[in-house]
Parts: sequence; C-alpha cells; structure tokens
Amino acid sequence: MAERTPWSLSGALRGMFAKKTIDAETWDDLEDALIQADFGPSITEAIVADLRAKVARYNTTDPTDLQRMLREGLEERLSKLDSTLNLSARPAVVLVVGVNGVGKTTTIGKFAKFLRTYNRSVLIGAADTFRAAAVEQLATWAERAGADIVRPQAHGQDPASVAFQTVERALKDGTEIVIIDTAGRLQTKGGLMDELTKIRKVIEKQTPIAEVLLVLDATTGQNGLAQAEAFIQHAGVTGLVLTKLDGSAKGGFVLAVQEKTGIPIKLVGQGEGINDLTGFTPHVFAQKLVG
Amino acid sequence: MATFGNLSDRLAETFKNLRTKGKLSAADVDGTVREIRRALLDADVALEVVKDFTGKVRERALGDEVSKALNPAQQVVKIVNEELVEILGGQQRRLEFAKKPPTIIMLAGLQGAGKTTLAGKLAKWLVKDGHTPILVAADLQRPNAVTQLEVVGAQAGVPVYAPEPGNGIGNPVKVARDGVKFAQQKMHDVVIVDTAGRLGVDAEMMKQAADIRKAIDPDEVLFVIDAMIGQDAVATAKAFQDGVDFTGVVLSKLDGDARGGAALSVASITGRPIMFASTGESLDDFEPFHPDRMASRILDLGDILTLIEQAQGAFDEDEARKMAEKFSTDSFTLDDFLGQMQQLRNMGSIKKMMSMLPGAGAMKQQLENFDEREIVRTEAIIQSMTKAERTTPKLLNGSRRLRIARGAGSTVTEVNQLVSRFEQAAKMMKTVAKGGMPNIPGMGPVPGGMGGGGRGKPQPKKKGSKSGNPAKRAAENLALASGEKAALPAGAGGGTGFGLGGSKKAGGPTEDEMAALQKMLGR
Repeated sequence: MAERTPWSLSGALRGMFAKKTIDAETWDDLEDALIQADFGPSITEAIVADLRAKVARYNTTDPTDLQRMLREGLEERLSKLDSTLNLSARPAVVLVVGVNGVGKTTTIGKFAKFLRTYNRSVLIGAADTFRAAAVEQLATWAERAGADIVRPQAHGQDPASVAFQTVERALKDGTEIVIIDTAGRLQTKGGLMDELTKIRKVIEKQTPIAEVLLVLDATTGQNGLAQAEAFIQHAGVTGLVLTKLDGSAKGGFVLAVQEKTGIPIKLVGQGEGINDLTGFTPHVFAQKLVG
Repeated sequence: MATFGNLSDRLAETFKNLRTKGKLSAADVDGTVREIRRALLDADVALEVVKDFTGKVRERALGDEVSKALNPAQQVVKIVNEELVEILGGQQRRLEFAKKPPTIIMLAGLQGAGKTTLAGKLAKWLVKDGHTPILVAADLQRPNAVTQLEVVGAQAGVPVYAPEPGNGIGNPVKVARDGVKFAQQKMHDVVIVDTAGRLGVDAEMMKQAADIRKAIDPDEVLFVIDAMIGQDAVATAKAFQDGVDFTGVVLSKLDGDARGGAALSVASITGRPIMFASTGESLDDFEPFHPDRMASRILDLGDILTLIEQAQGAFDEDEARKMAEKFSTDSFTLDDFLGQMQQLRNMGSIKKMMSMLPGAGAMKQQLENFDEREIVRTEAIIQSMTKAERTTPKLLNGSRRLRIARGAGSTVTEVNQLVSRFEQAAKMMKTVAKGGMPNIPGMGPVPGGMGGGGRGKPQPKKKGSKSGNPAKRAAENLALASGEKAALPAGAGGGTGFGLGGSKKAGGPTEDEMAALQKMLGR
C-alpha cells in the first residue's frame, strides 16, 4: 500500500499543541478539530468545557498538558463500558446488523478469520438473501477464513429461515461459533427492521444469542446515532463495530453513540485485508486519535 | 428518529422575545447564526463550509434585505434557504451525452457508497429514455462485485461486460478499456463503468482510478457519495476531485433519515453539481436531484418555506405602506378592509396554511373550530354596502343596516357586530399609529400583521409560544384560551387586518389588551 495519512487528529492538532501557551485560538482549534472528527456539536462542547475547567483547575498554560488531558478524557469516556466480546456460550451466536454498505459482510469475513486463528470452529449463515450476490461475496470470505457457510436454498428466501437452519446445523455439528449475516437496511424502513426482530426471535427459539453486533461506518456523521437507536430497539444490539477506520474519517460519532446508548464498541475494522480487524481498546484508540 | 430539534423551532425560540422587531440587531443575528451553525453541524455539513456559510448569512441578515412580510425568524430562514439552494442548485444540470456515441459514464466513490446498485439504476433509467446502455464490471476488488453487477444488470435488463471474475484477479484498467471497445462494436450508446470502492487516502487505488479515467476518457465521471457521511465528506471529495476529477455527484441512501449535509459540503467545496439522488434499494428508486428539497431537508425546515413563499407572493409591500398611511390619517375604510381580506384569501386556505406549520399539531382543535366561511360572510356583508357606506361607515343607520343584512343573506346583528369590530379595530390601529409608533417606516411590522400574508402563518406559532411567554402575559393567555374560539373567527372575520394583527398580540381589542399591545409595540 502507498503512503497513508495516519488515522489521527494529530495533523489537525499539531499546530495547536506546538504553541507555547494555551490561548483563545487553541480552544477554537480544538473545537474545530473535534467537530471535524465527527464528534458532533454537543459532545464537542462538553469535551471543550470539561477541558477548560481542568485547565483552569490545574492552572496550566502548557498545551502539552492539554493534549494529555484530552487523551485521558477521551480514554476515560471510552472505557466506561466493557468492550470484551461475550462468546463463552456454545454455540455462541453472533448476529451482525447495520445499514447498507457499512461493511457487514467484510467484517464477518475478518471476524471469522480472527476466530479461526484461535482455532474456534465457525459457521456462517448467509441470511442476506436480498442484495445481489451478497451470498457469493460472503462465501468468498468464508473460504478465505476457512469457515463453513450455510446458504439459502433460493434467492429471496426468508432470511429468518436461513438463520434458523444455520443455528440448527451448528447445534447438530457442535460448532463453537455461529455468525449470521443480515441484509443491510436503513433504520427508517419499518418493515425491514421488523424482519430483524423476527430473525432474532427465530434464533432464540433454539439458543440464546451471544452478541448482536451493529456495524457502523466511520465515515458516517451524526446519523450514526439514529442508526444505533433504531437497531438497538429492533435487534437488541450488544456491541458496536467501527469499520473503515483506515480512511481519513475519525468516526468521532461513536463516542456519542456509546454514551447515549450505553452500548460498547467491541471491534474495529481498518482495511480490506482479512486480518484488518482488531478488538477495541480505549487506550489505543485515544492514543491514536490524539497522538 | 431525529433527536435534534428542528431549526425552525429553535429559531422561533431564539426569537421569542423579538417578535415585533422588524429589523435584526447584530446581537439577534449572532444568536441566530449560532443556532444555524449548530443545525448545520448536526446535519453533518463540513465545518469549513459551515463557517463560510454562516458568514454569508450573517452579512445578509444584517444588511438591508428586510422584508416586511416576514418576522425576523422567517427572514433568517429565508436567507438561509436561498443561500442553501444557491450552493446546491447553482449549477444544476443533466447528463451530457457524447456527440459521437457511446457516451461513457464512470462511477467512483468510497466502499459501500452504493456504486454497483447505482449502475443498475442508472442503466434502467437510461433504458426508459430509449438508450441502450451496457455495464462494465471494473470492480475486481471486492469479492463477487462482478457477480453482483451481473445480477443487477439482469434486473435492469441490460447486458454486462465482465471478462474477469474479479476477487482481486484481473486488471480493471484493461477491463474498462476493452469494455468501451466492446460497446462500440455492439453499438451500445451508453457505457457505464463500475469501479471498485476506494478510500481517498489510498494513493495506489486513486491512481488506478485515474488510470481508468485516462484509458476510457469518460464523458461523465459520477462521484457516488453516501448521504450519511459526516465531516469526512470534505477530505473524500477533495481526494476524488484531485484523483479522478469527477464531473457530477450522486447522493445515495437518501431514503434514510440522514440530513445529508454532505451534499452541501461536496457541492460547495468542489463546485460540482449534484445530479442524481438514489432513494431506495429497488432499481427504480432513482431520480434527478432536487436542490430545494435537499435544502429544507438539511435544515429540517418542513413546509415552512412554502409558507414563506406564499406569504411573500400574496403580500404586497406597497399596499402595506399605503395602508400604514391610512391608519395614521384616519382614512381607513371598509373598502381597504375588504382589500386586505381578499389579500389574505389569496394565500389559500387558512386552515391548510396553518396546518403546514411545524408544531401546528397542538392547535389542531382550534383549527377545527376556526370557520373559514366566517371570512366569506364578512366579505358578503361589506360587498352589500354602497361605496359611500364603505368609505363612511357612520352613514350606516338602521334601515341601511337592514338592507345590507338582507343583501348579504345575514342578520342585522351580524352587520352591527362587523361595524363595531371595524370601528374598534380602526380606532386601535389609529392609536397605535399615532401614539405607539413614532415613524411610519417603523410601522412595517405592525401592518405586517394585517398584511395577512406575514401574519397568517406566524399566528399559530405565536399561540404555541404564548404559553412560554413571560408571566405578565399569562393572564392574557388565560383570556385567550377561554376566548379563543370567539377571538379567532372574530379576528379573522370581523377585523381581518387588525383582527389578525390584534388577536395575535392581544387576543381581542379590549381596552386592557389594547394597552398591552401599545406597550408592546411602543416598547
């Protein structure tokens, strides 16, 4: 890969932390940087107000202190929730949901690979029976990851039945982890959201669902919150996956999502390669973001 | 689902205390501009665009463009809307077809923006227009993107040129070039080249896109962007502009509830027109882009803009100035009164108009009780009068009133009511004009009230906000609540001009309220 700008606010913040003292401009720059990272006006105001208070309390004028406080503040906010995946059930059923084009299928491929490296047996259910060639795309990923896949018998088959068959087979074969792909749907489509509820119910008839992962695209703006709220309501989301962090987008909106909904970020996707998926660690995230 | 209050409400809030001012002070404007800035940021408009934009709005709001038909909040909204539409639709245009076919259209964008789906939609749309498009599968990166394009092509009923299986195998530049050649041989008049999704920061992939562009020399390069994208829209749009220099933009996933501020960012930063909007998963969910709709979507303005336009169209400023003069010189007659009423009716059904307002839901019951025919009846009574009677209502003695009542198919009592309402209102306006408002131009906002146009719409808002108003108006509020049914039709029917102006501010022209009105206007 060619040279890439690092995923970080450091570029935007460099000028500001290089200065000798904290002045009015510093605050403006900080606010701009946070807004440009998609934190949104409300969270940005909260963070800036918080930092102003701290700076006043510790009576510092050194921008380096400010940088450290920003990093610590973000880390603290991000680490309020437990970001470990809960996959101890057998089989552990993971349902993957999200709007169109956020990278659900790709994430599943990478996640399957991630689990395979720990030698877990993985079965993937291709319940995205709607989008053209989604099943084939998933099958390619499954093959790369070395996981089994359950395909729908016909195009346009009820996704809930595919999910059911997948879990059924996992129970029979004793597969450890089941990942179920779903079709992308915009949170405003009531009918499609109800379909998710149905898929969930059908799975739960056989075994409890371990994780419902909502995939969010880092390039998304403030609409991410609306997405999260709708999916939580209909699919009972238990964790967030932030994808496409290899681009220039910072995905700041996830902080708002995490704080407003109380759902932790669990996985982070950073590329199209099969190994570009990692667990979420607040410390690393904040460190990378602030520099 | 939107958790953010809409801008019209917020502006109304900001202007709660300034309602009667005709011109905006610098402090008012700053407050408003701050709200607009927030609203734009909430709508994901890029920060630099927001800064530029609010600067312009601020300048214009402080300038001389003050329309007497609108209250301050509406003025600002109007300015904002005009600026938005200008950026979004300044360069609206259609697809350009090559003089010598085939016309080559290349699609580019981030991963998951919706390029492949769009290819199918565009193809289907072109077929409907009598073209014979062909799709070229040059996305060899994403697993089974080629298969997806084939399926989409079949759905749209167009052929797909896909010599390579994809999944990382094959050279997209060569496929694109061959695809165009193939189309020429087979006499297809449009070639749509689907390319792999790529990040703006991925130099290698951007170079590949540039190479494809060089190889096929497209007539149009469409940049497909997700309506949900956030601040990154700027970086991405710039990267693609530098990389492949797109000629137009397609906004996808507009069927969601994202405000789509990205549209504004991209249009404003790259200067490229937004040509199409993609609004669903079916291949028919595709339409040319409507800048005006997008503008109100970004700011969540609802129909308020339609309302402003209607009000402005119906409201004639010269007319208002003449009227103001008449108030002050005591030459206001029933004829003028009728004129106003007709002006008001030009704006269409009042009920319908009120219901267009955001937040009018609470008023529903009052709206139900409001009888529009009241206006018609009043009109009939005035029209049954002679010229002389209309100019000099004092002429109206018992027998004249009886004649009028018969002519209008109503009763003497109703005629009496109308006359007394008219007299009261005329007196009130005169007092206001003489005592309350020292200068005639300053009258602007007051007759704005009668200028039906401006007033018709703020009315409901006012009522809504009334409850939130300071305590000194609470009593009045009570009176209004109890007298609502009576006051509203009376205001509209009996005193139209004044009625509307007055009933809004003071419920009805009783002595107390007149004093309050005067205080308010005189400040």
